[in-house]
Amino acid sequence: MTSDLRLKNAPTHKKILIIFIQVIFICYSLIIFYPLFNMILSSFKTTRDILRFPFSLPKEFNFSNYKTVWVDKGFGRYFLNSIWITAISMIFVLLFGSMAAYGVSRYAYRMRTFIYMLFLSGIMLPLKAAIIPLFMLMKNLKLMDNPISIILIFIAMSLPSTIFILSGFMKTVPKDLEYAARIDGCNDWMIYRKIIMPVVVPAISLVTIYNAVPIWNDFFFPLVFLQNPKYKPLPLGLTNFFGQYSTDWSLLFTALTIAILPVLILYLFMAKYFIKGMTAGAIK
Amino acid sequence: MNKRTSETLWISFFIAPALIIVCVIIILPLFMSLFNSLFLWDQLIRQNFVGFQNFKKIFFTEPYHTRFANAMGNNLRWLVLTMIVQNVGGLFIGYFLSRRIWGHEFYKRIIFIPVLFSIVAVSFLWSLYLRPNGLVNAFLKLIGLPQFMRPWLGDESIATYSIIFVNIWRWIGFPSLVFLAAIDNVPMDCLEAACLDGASDTRVFFKVILPLIVPSIVIITVLTIIGSLNVFEQIYTMAGLDGSPNFSTDTIGTLFYRTAFGSVDSGKPEIGIGSAIGVIIYLLTFVVSLISIVTLGKKEVEL
Repeated sequence: MTSDLRLKNAPTHKKILIIFIQVIFICYSLIIFYPLFNMILSSFKTTRDILRFPFSLPKEFNFSNYKTVWVDKGFGRYFLNSIWITAISMIFVLLFGSMAAYGVSRYAYRMRTFIYMLFLSGIMLPLKAAIIPLFMLMKNLKLMDNPISIILIFIAMSLPSTIFILSGFMKTVPKDLEYAARIDGCNDWMIYRKIIMPVVVPAISLVTIYNAVPIWNDFFFPLVFLQNPKYKPLPLGLTNFFGQYSTDWSLLFTALTIAILPVLILYLFMAKYFIKGMTAGAIK
Repeated sequence: MNKRTSETLWISFFIAPALIIVCVIIILPLFMSLFNSLFLWDQLIRQNFVGFQNFKKIFFTEPYHTRFANAMGNNLRWLVLTMIVQNVGGLFIGYFLSRRIWGHEFYKRIIFIPVLFSIVAVSFLWSLYLRPNGLVNAFLKLIGLPQFMRPWLGDESIATYSIIFVNIWRWIGFPSLVFLAAIDNVPMDCLEAACLDGASDTRVFFKVILPLIVPSIVIITVLTIIGSLNVFEQIYTMAGLDGSPNFSTDTIGTLFYRTAFGSVDSGKPEIGIGSAIGVIIYLLTFVVSLISIVTLGKKEVEL
């Protein structure tokens, strides 16, 4: 941490700098905040009013748009799909990821480094570039238009970073704890379950956010593998909706608000965790 | 059962599920792409072995050559602009936040908000604002600058830049907070020593802070390169799969998708050419990441 940059007791040239920086930060906050604010307001306006008075407040707060988009246009369905697809993916990511992290961090054996590097290479490889073989693979496995296809891909996409982060934490657990448990008759699964996992709980929340956000937001793989509206997650549903109703601004802003607002509200309550989780891969 | 076999079994049990999934979904497709790119394809059916002819086509035969060069040019624009505007901007934001300016906790939370949103939602939101009758032009009119009103996404010369800036709006909070964390981790005594020597803030920034946060700069650079090569959703949602207007926003990601699922030349999927583009994406990601890690890694200062 460097010294604080505060207005009090600063020499004049520094005062000017500080005020200048404040102006920039306030302007930038507005550039982030206003488009979102305007989005929410526009969802209550008619298309005519959005185009004629883009900066005005809505005449009334009528939620009929929300009912239309949520019920009639299937966004409730899309939302639910996003939730369960993300949840199922994350359960397997955490289970398989923590098991593999345990396997590469708590044992000494010849293949260990090789297997660890194999997992890590997955962080660097762009999975989108593999879409042709993945497409053929899913076709052969008869998983086209089946959510299992994208769940499998999401699990694979998230495992490398999960193993990387969790094995780092697991390495720090002292061996003595493990020996003591072994003497008490614990087998390897019980050590993993009762000794190691409780210690890495903070890291679990970290990798959950780190991986769940990209899975929740992913668009590319659902686009390739899912056609049935029954399974479409939110980003894909939103895309189809934009194709269909491209001139109904009022409904479009409502759909966007439905897609964005819940994430925003969740973030406002848990900002600290989100910031820590999302940047976890880039900060040592 | 002796101790050694039981341990081997336990290790296999812990590692197998993740290893199988990663091998089948990540590693195997890499080799399949390499393999597929060396063959001629009729839709989804593999034909003769043709060596590097698919790659040759991409580099020397029309229309692939023009499309590929055009897309690569745009990816380069993405990389350069993102590095300069987003990452240098993020470095300064991170630095001033680390100096605990008034309201720094608030700003920190605000600039990170769009990072959480899906690319698709952000892109669609801005595509509405950037329409000729959208909010951006309305704002320019409001503040008396109607001469700057543009069809932001419809004008060939600026569409790519509009999309890049939307993406920077979404993502600048990420490098900012990574750099903030890195600067906060610079040991206090290094900074105190520099201050006692009477070094100015600017000198401290360039001579002490910057060399000490090189690891973060490397990570952000690598992520930016990978991100720039993978641009797809932004174009798909704001300009369409063809990179309209007139391919001016086309990127390697959208070109790859069109080739793989059909519409570049004949409207049929071209697995051979598509796989070759996939291999080029793999190679570029790998080589460029490696170069930046090695060159920047050398500049890292050990404490």
